[in-house]
Amino acid sequence: VISSVLHVTRPLHTTQQRSAPLPPLPEKGGEVRHGLIPEEFFQFLYPKTGVTGPYMLGTGLVLYLLSKEIYVINHETVAAACILSVIIYGVKKYGADVAAFADKLNEEKMAKALDVKNEAIKGLETAIEEEKKEQWRVEGRKYLFDAKRNNIAMLLETNYRERLLTVYSEVKKRLDYQVAMQNLKRQKEQDHMIQWVEKNVVQSITPQQQKESIAKCILDLKALSKSAQAAV
Amino acid sequence: GPVAERRLLAVRLGELPAWLATRQLSAQGLLGGVRKAWSSYYDKYINVKRGGPAGISMLLAGYCLLSYGWSYQRLSKSSFLLPD
Repeated sequence: VISSVLHVTRPLHTTQQRSAPLPPLPEKGGEVRHGLIPEEFFQFLYPKTGVTGPYMLGTGLVLYLLSKEIYVINHETVAAACILSVIIYGVKKYGADVAAFADKLNEEKMAKALDVKNEAIKGLETAIEEEKKEQWRVEGRKYLFDAKRNNIAMLLETNYRERLLTVYSEVKKRLDYQVAMQNLKRQKEQDHMIQWVEKNVVQSITPQQQKESIAKCILDLKALSKSAQAAV
Repeated sequence: GPVAERRLLAVRLGELPAWLATRQLSAQGLLGGVRKAWSSYYDKYINVKRGGPAGISMLLAGYCLLSYGWSYQRLSKSSFLLPD
């Protein structure tokens, strides 16, 4: 119930909103004299009573309490005196060491937090460097695409020339065929004509003419043989 | 300035009743006052980087005085005087 009451009555957002960073913790606490009485009390009494005023007030108060038995001295007084003396001795002797130890713990905590922050900052800076490098790399796109365009142009050129060659060879083949056909035809005509002429000539040689030619050949041969014999 | 806005330590003795009249004396008001007093004490003496024994020693001394006040009736009755 109490927690719910506290939760409802807590004043929220009443002071000015302060943005980060928070103001740092104060180094030392308020000044306290003899570990019990704040310095403000002594300053408050200083104008009227000077330096010894609060001490006189304290002494007078203590004597008054004791004499009127407002503070009763009993066994608890002795116990309190012993306990207080032990506590004060302990604080005076080991206070500095404990303070140094606590400071060291604090320092370690701060160092760890600072390390985390520095690591994060370094990591982010390397990330920034990498990002800049990637952006620089992107500018190389131009060269990449130029090379690709060159490649494609070469492919197109090669293809075009191959097809040109094909066209040329095909046309040449057809033309060669036509030429060969014409040559063949002419040759066949020639052969046929020669054969026909020979056949007709042979047919036209009558038997009469054959006999005459044979007799002439024999006469010629005789004449030749005579001349040959004469030559030998 | 006016009495109502000053803190307790800045109020003069004669103006104390007037100042008390302006405070909210409901449970919420008292609780709020206690919380403010504790947080100002805490921020001044305990929540510092290099505190000393003063922070808690004042609290313990106040507790001792308070408990002595509560048990004064019982303590004053017990007698250590030897019967005459």
